Amino acid sequence: MDRARPLNKNRVLILLPEIFAKYFPRRPAILAGFIPLTFLVLFYFYPLTGIFIRSFFDQGNFSATTLLKILNSSRMAGIFWFTLWQATISTILTLVIALPCAWVTGNFDFKGRKAVMAISTLPFVLPTIVVAAAFQALMGSKGVLGFFHMDGSLGMILLAHMFFNFSVVLRITSGFWSSMGRTLPMAASMLGANPLKIFIKVTLPMLAPAVFASSILVFIFCFASFGVIMVLGGPSFTTLEVEIYRQAAHLFNLPVASALSLFQILFTFFMMWIYTSLQKKNTTFSPESEKFSLKKPESTFEKCSVFCVVLFVIFFFMIPIMALLIKSIWYKGSISFLYYSELFLNTSGSIFYISPLNAIVNSLLFACSALVMAIIIGVCAVYTIRTSGEKIANILDPLFMLPLSTSAVTLGFGIIITLDKPPLNFRTSPMLIPIIHTLVAFPFVVRSLLPVLRSIPASIKESAALLGASPLSVWMHIELPVIARALSVGAVFAFTVSLGEFGATIFAARPEYTTIPVTIYKFLGHPGSLNQGQAMAASSLLMLVTAAGFIFIERFRDTVGHEGF
Amino acid sequence: MKKIIITILFFFVAATFIQPVCCYAAADMTGRDEQDIKEVIESANDAPLSSAEYLVVNIEEKNIAKSEGIAESPIEEVTLMTHDSFSVSEEVVKDFEVQNNAKIRFLKAGDAGEALNKAILSKNNPLADIFYGVDNTFLSRSLKEEIFISYESPMLKYVDDKLKLDPEYRLLPVDFGDVCLNYDKRWFANHNIQPPLMLEDLVKPEYKGLLVIQNPATSSPGLAFLLTTISRFGEREAFNFWKKLKVNDILVANGWKDAYWGKFSAASDGDRPIVVSYASSPAAEVHFAEKNLEEAPTDVVTSHGSAFRQIEFAGILKGTKHHNLAKKLMDFLLSRRFQEDIPLQMFVFPANNSAILPDVFKKHAHITKEPALLPYDEISEKREMWIEKWTELVL
Repeated sequence: MDRARPLNKNRVLILLPEIFAKYFPRRPAILAGFIPLTFLVLFYFYPLTGIFIRSFFDQGNFSATTLLKILNSSRMAGIFWFTLWQATISTILTLVIALPCAWVTGNFDFKGRKAVMAISTLPFVLPTIVVAAAFQALMGSKGVLGFFHMDGSLGMILLAHMFFNFSVVLRITSGFWSSMGRTLPMAASMLGANPLKIFIKVTLPMLAPAVFASSILVFIFCFASFGVIMVLGGPSFTTLEVEIYRQAAHLFNLPVASALSLFQILFTFFMMWIYTSLQKKNTTFSPESEKFSLKKPESTFEKCSVFCVVLFVIFFFMIPIMALLIKSIWYKGSISFLYYSELFLNTSGSIFYISPLNAIVNSLLFACSALVMAIIIGVCAVYTIRTSGEKIANILDPLFMLPLSTSAVTLGFGIIITLDKPPLNFRTSPMLIPIIHTLVAFPFVVRSLLPVLRSIPASIKESAALLGASPLSVWMHIELPVIARALSVGAVFAFTVSLGEFGATIFAARPEYTTIPVTIYKFLGHPGSLNQGQAMAASSLLMLVTAAGFIFIERFRDTVGHEGF
Repeated sequence: MKKIIITILFFFVAATFIQPVCCYAAADMTGRDEQDIKEVIESANDAPLSSAEYLVVNIEEKNIAKSEGIAESPIEEVTLMTHDSFSVSEEVVKDFEVQNNAKIRFLKAGDAGEALNKAILSKNNPLADIFYGVDNTFLSRSLKEEIFISYESPMLKYVDDKLKLDPEYRLLPVDFGDVCLNYDKRWFANHNIQPPLMLEDLVKPEYKGLLVIQNPATSSPGLAFLLTTISRFGEREAFNFWKKLKVNDILVANGWKDAYWGKFSAASDGDRPIVVSYASSPAAEVHFAEKNLEEAPTDVVTSHGSAFRQIEFAGILKGTKHHNLAKKLMDFLLSRRFQEDIPLQMFVFPANNSAILPDVFKKHAHITKEPALLPYDEISEKREMWIEKWTELVL
């Protein structure tokens, strides 16, 4: 009798999961999914629905006339067509330049590897207007590269998209590549396959999920491109996003703006749905640690490739960045920190003055809370997609990507009319800023995590469980070390998106919570060379803070990631 | 074990970062004074123990101190909603706050168009008591939406009648700026070309490829410049003029910033020596120079109706709960104290006649004698049509 009791208890414990599984199929998925879904519903779908209803139901009746008008308008068709093809070409071009670089950074260990990654990610935080000034200095008719005649042309838009999005492809693909290890290609080589054949038959199929994941991010980013088109493309180019802004903020034509936003959202959903449906097949392999998969470049060809990549990054990314840095410390023919010291003075006595230190603290505060929220929500979203059935996952996955391509103006107007009463009185709450940042940042976490998580073969986890590991320790010792690398990629982007974001601070309309990008814009609001110098100085500070953040995130990942291998 | 410690550490770091944000949020929800909360956070940062308890205790202490203060004389809060370009000196705000035992809260809700739209969208549950920054191109839209209440401020007697566009005094003029051509003096001296004197000059062959303007569909100085040409030449002739301008190779940027900081030869590496900007821009060039400049590097063209007057208005929002204080703030906005602060904060001209201009404005900014003006209802009626016509013609 004494022996029976513990046995009974054990039996209940063993049965418990089965009982759960019987009554609540895929319960962990539901629990995990609760967090991202609530977040999206509250801060995304509810405001958008509000503004759509307000726009379409004119005096209580549904007015389909605007919708029909837009569908029949040839101008809108032209805008949509331009938006689509410029995004496609930008994505392809970004892949063309980023994949060779990802091959080098994902396979070889060389000095300056981390610097290459960091430098190429820095443009992500820079305000478009500042990059435009740097491009102008280099490629305007007076610049060093003026002979290209890129000014205000389509070439400039494509180049800027490549400049901004390069790191998305580089980081996601290279992280994945380094985890693939060299066992399979080596085996193929032993069996007599030539390098080209190995690449096409072995490496490419394994790599495909990461390449697709990063290119869909780039595509959506370019599809919803706003700043680049407005500032660098000039008025002869209009994307859907620009047209929505124009209709909403300047013509106050809300029905048209809403209809276009809705169309943009539906189109993104459709694209994502096709993408997820194509992504069912995912090669699984035993992931390897970076330590073993990275090797020193040996042959002349490999050394040359590494050299070319470093040269390319210096040429393409360092030169515009250096142009900014030099402008910020160059004063009357000599080096001076006048612009930096001037940042700390409130010469006009304005009530809206904020010292650069405060701006940095604000920016970091928002970036860190956005990072934490994005990771929590992103990880929950990924596990929901992983564990829920195929049909649900096919809907959830596109759903989580929608915030990336939603017009900021429309969402801002939606928040004004919906989140206006307690307990959801968020209209002027500073919490709104990290929330909006999270909305844009967590899709990055999802996209960089999902392919990696899917690549882990179930057999490894099962054997660990068979050997007596608890679910927690399976996660800690098998999944976490593998996804840590992808998680840090997601974290880097969440951090960068938040640091460079400019629009969300407008949402909350609170001048006290000025961030660095807002300061930069403020300086560029009035003429005067001191203003320009200070804007450049603030931009340099922003890059410095971002670079410091990267180092911190990588360090943190190193302490968590490499153990267990 | 190591990993558990790291995880705990991570959450600790995360928590310390989130906490201040939550504090801000708490301040927001309960309407507490942010300054207090900030102070607490700052002192918490200084203190050796920056734990959560410390924060909570300190906030409570502050609150008690504050509630005692409230018992003597309640501080009333008034909210002013405006656009990004708004600015004011801290001292000026303090003056009002001390005089009226009040606190002004500022909300900046995007550019001029976006901010006004947000005010209109929130009319059933207003975000603020006063809105500052409706210009004459948006005037009739905001009046049609009926979001302002009428208030005939006694201070209006100091304001030029030409600026008072709303006869019912729902929107009161607070400042104005003249949009006009600015040119790079050095460029014209170096190239031995006479700078333009009026709009008509721009179509001459010697000015080919020299002008950069802004898209009227996305920029308010751009729209003002289009309106200048319509006011100067009449509707039909204006668009003929634009045809000729297009032949003369003008460059169109989407906003003022891209045009001035990206293309204008006096302020960037661009190669266009003429730009559409404000009549006060040369004064800003002098004011924001590293060293005292004797002379502005740029000059303006304002004669022969080639400058468009943008008048900015402020009004009390319908649904305000602080009627008297809002009226007092409205008077204050029109008073010399505030009006004399306007030029160096926002680089526009004060509406109050008695306000004395700062020296840099007297020397380097130009007040246009005969500005171009269009009736505001005509602007609102035809602006979309004009912009569309312009887009087809020029882009």
